Amino acid sequence: MREVAIIGVGMTEFGEIWQKSFRDLVAEAGIKAILDAGIEGDEIDAMYIGGMSTGRFIGQEHVGSLALEVAGLEDLHIPSTRVEAACASGGVAMHQGYLAVASGMYDIVVVGGAEKMTDVVGGEATNILASAADREWEAFFGATFPGLYALMARYHMHKYGTTPEQLAMVAVKNHYNGSLNPKAQFKRKITVEDVLNSPIVADPLHLLDCSPITDGAAAAILAPLDIAKKYTDKIVKIKASVQACDTLSLHGRKRFDSLPAAVHAAKKAYEIAGIKPKDIDLAEVHDCFTIAEIIAIEDLGFFEKGEGGKATEEGLTALDGEIPINTSGGLKAKGHPVGATGVAQINEIVLQLRGEADKRQVKDAEIGLAHNVGGSGGTCVIHILEAV
Amino acid sequence: MGVARYWREIPARYNLIGKKCQVCGKIYFPPRSICPTCRRKSIGKMEDYKLSGKGTVESYTIIYTPPPEFSDKVPYAIALIRMDEGCYLTGQIVDCDLEEIHIGMRVKACFRRIQEDGKRGAIYYGYKFRKV
Repeated sequence: MREVAIIGVGMTEFGEIWQKSFRDLVAEAGIKAILDAGIEGDEIDAMYIGGMSTGRFIGQEHVGSLALEVAGLEDLHIPSTRVEAACASGGVAMHQGYLAVASGMYDIVVVGGAEKMTDVVGGEATNILASAADREWEAFFGATFPGLYALMARYHMHKYGTTPEQLAMVAVKNHYNGSLNPKAQFKRKITVEDVLNSPIVADPLHLLDCSPITDGAAAAILAPLDIAKKYTDKIVKIKASVQACDTLSLHGRKRFDSLPAAVHAAKKAYEIAGIKPKDIDLAEVHDCFTIAEIIAIEDLGFFEKGEGGKATEEGLTALDGEIPINTSGGLKAKGHPVGATGVAQINEIVLQLRGEADKRQVKDAEIGLAHNVGGSGGTCVIHILEAV
Repeated sequence: MGVARYWREIPARYNLIGKKCQVCGKIYFPPRSICPTCRRKSIGKMEDYKLSGKGTVESYTIIYTPPPEFSDKVPYAIALIRMDEGCYLTGQIVDCDLEEIHIGMRVKACFRRIQEDGKRGAIYYGYKFRKV
């Protein structure tokens, strides 16, 4: 297997972008990444694009072909593949791109992720997102997606004494980080009281414990490490790319205070990279709900199981903390266009490792981790990146 | 949605018919065709098994933002229930004050209307849970 580098990244602004279509978003993120990498179109060997539910959000499947057309690469007839793994679609697209380059099959690969979520109205987006859960045995009985994470939250609170205030502090921190990110959907700071006073979605989770409905796209350009220097001197190496899966339903799991797929993927990723959790300088984790970040920082080995809430309260995950988590604002404040999220996380880590994260730059960041989850934990993808 | 999709799940949803692996004896609900412990050995050896319907609340939530089909039910409780046979399932808890629900509460399955396909469509039934 060859070593793989990321030679360029790009993403759109995240938010309710009514004036831009799915195509516009895909084109914008792709063009930005291609210009960042300094590659020519005819050097591209393959494309992978993550999208969770384009069929239900915009009535459009076959978005591999759409992305190829948007990029103006149809005359090359290169393979362009849509990848779906619910909210981990982007991360799985990254993993597929990594495998394609590492295997020697392709040299230059474009990885993208996109979702256009605001073209549906009312509760339809909630219903579409419930497709990430088990339709027959969870959603059929009235379980919502926030509801499944609420079950995990209540369990975690009962077992470890995690408090609603600690959950709220995840949102407060991520909104603060989002206020420093020009591409974030929410650039306003919030307080613990704001979170606790916001309407309850699925008790104990309030509206401000939840990530929003978002439009957006992100892209990254991969190349073998040995030829990456030809394109850029700001090379970021993929030290590990691991995907792990688990049951579709939450009730099918062995435990509810952890995502076993994340624990499994993290262990394997640290082994491959030859590092320990303490070697990670910053991480983007899948905070689709505040409880998800608390569980993630425990599953990734940054804190002991049950200590995630306390660590957040003590500021250990803040921008100037021991291990800054979600410097981009995370899914909570940067926004969560489901299929794009895994690739957007990679964008943030790459900017940080290149020292280009401006006001939210983590000092001397050398190794970063991205943790992308599908559904309630049925899929987890972990990437460990290093500046070289 | 075609009614066949709901009709074919009737045994499990009306009568809590799961599967028992005849090799290791483990019981599964919802039904599955392979035992994840015995795998190959369990092929053809997963037999129907009716759950007692009794279980314990492992975790719960009160839903305030529902999918459209459940908008007339809010607020309602959804729980993760550990059945006495060892398997877990997801269902609503009904017929009690929402404040009464707690982790460790004993519950028993009952047969209820779950949702309906619009005003003139089919009515879908299945299990919910009541306090014992």
